[in-house]
Amino acid sequence: MNTYLVPESLAVSDSGFLFLASTGETFTLNEIGKDIFKMLQGGDTREAIEQKILELYDVERATFVRDFDDFINQLSSFKLIRTK
Amino acid sequence: MAEKKTYERPVVTKHQSGIMNKFGSGPSTSVRDNIDGVLIKDLAGKFGSPLFVLSEKTIRQNQRNAYRVFKNRYPRVQFAWSYKTNYLDAVCSVFHQEGSWAEVVSEFEYRKARALGIPGEHIIFNGPEKSIEALRTAIREGAMIHIDHFDELYHIVELTDTETLKARVAIRVNMDVGVYPLWDRFGFNYENGEAWQAIKRIVANPRLSLIGLHTHIGTYMMSAEAYRVAASKLAGLAKSMHDEFSITLDYIDVGGGFASQNTLIGQYLPAEEVVPSLEQYADAIASGLFQLSIKPEDLPTLILETGRALIDNAGYLITTVIANKRLSTGRRAIIVDAGVNLMFTSFWYKHKVQPAQQPSVHTEDAVIYGPLCMNIDVLRDGIVLPTLKQGDRLVLNHVGAYNMTQWMQFITMRPNVVMVMEDGTVELIRKAETLEYLAQQEVLPARLKEKKSR
Repeated sequence: MNTYLVPESLAVSDSGFLFLASTGETFTLNEIGKDIFKMLQGGDTREAIEQKILELYDVERATFVRDFDDFINQLSSFKLIRTK
Repeated sequence: MAEKKTYERPVVTKHQSGIMNKFGSGPSTSVRDNIDGVLIKDLAGKFGSPLFVLSEKTIRQNQRNAYRVFKNRYPRVQFAWSYKTNYLDAVCSVFHQEGSWAEVVSEFEYRKARALGIPGEHIIFNGPEKSIEALRTAIREGAMIHIDHFDELYHIVELTDTETLKARVAIRVNMDVGVYPLWDRFGFNYENGEAWQAIKRIVANPRLSLIGLHTHIGTYMMSAEAYRVAASKLAGLAKSMHDEFSITLDYIDVGGGFASQNTLIGQYLPAEEVVPSLEQYADAIASGLFQLSIKPEDLPTLILETGRALIDNAGYLITTVIANKRLSTGRRAIIVDAGVNLMFTSFWYKHKVQPAQQPSVHTEDAVIYGPLCMNIDVLRDGIVLPTLKQGDRLVLNHVGAYNMTQWMQFITMRPNVVMVMEDGTVELIRKAETLEYLAQQEVLPARLKEKKSR
């Protein structure tokens, strides 16, 4: 079961604006990116996120799984999450 | 149950500061879902992807506009369609219907023009390689032969002598117009007197009729002023011929080379802001020619061999996303089904790329790769694009010049080419290649057909 750690100094607004207070860096998330990020902040596991997104969005599991991996890689490369 | 939301890939974009120039990043995500009213998805659905699409309407508009611009500034104007820029029969025929002659640079192109019904006297035969047989045909059919070098002149002299023919000729003149590199490999040089020497030799031969002067100063010329210099130097030669030999030229041909609206790789500002307008080119050429102070009725016809500027924006390439991936740097890469073997101009232009479906507002810096298993297969680098998924279509703009002649059958086949006609119908104008089509040209020696014996 995969879960992720999000830095405490990180704030995300309802419009998808993301601020990392520790470094001063800012980011933008698209709507689904923001939804996922809030789930990550809430401590959801990968499996839980997958389930929620498939209920919320019109997407096939295979497509989402692939895009989710890419998204997680991007967040990791920006040091916005760490895998537990 | 509530309706589900439309899906797009989750994206996070890091804000960069300090790298924007004062012009910003510019709009890059406008959608093109149709070409002259025909939907991209219908075109690709019916004719496949990748697909080259040409707009009959745009070609005709370009040609009519160019004619008007030059005719407003100079009394006698004739266009000759540059075959090498795009010699698909349908394309050439549209230009010919608009009144253009044919400008060819090989025996193959010459025969193509003849097959399309263009009479010899409306064909300009340029280029450094004209076989004896090609010259014989061109002389007999009354084509305008633009002599490139002395060896060619001697061939023509020999042919006209032995076969008692008369040839209509012009010389190609190269010159310094203040733009570098100097294009001095074609024709006779103006500054060192070689051009004048060639003129004297031709004039002395009663079987040769010197009817014109020709130059072609370069390609994608970003200075209109260079054309003023070229036109005035040719006008100077024409004046000397008039004064010394009482020859009145039928025409002065200033060639082509006008830049299109494509931005060059490495160019800082977009083409629309730095490329001269057709009006500026026309002003420069006309003012150069008017230095030829002769009676208005004796003014030579101005011939233009404009290629790129008349066809580039009439051509589109529809391509389909095969895959998205991340490079080691985290940068996004998009793989599409059209490679540089079809898009030769990707090596020097930053083609405008538009998604064919409504994009998200979120964009990322990306590089677009073709499908070839070759490192050089880069269609577009450094482009900001919205999120795309497998199967999405992209449209490359301004691809009408040179791609459909310089393309290669390499790894993949060359695809269908269609033309959207003025009435909105779509015609297939070149069929996609097949393995059978390629195999026709190959010969497998019988001994190699045998199965391995040991």
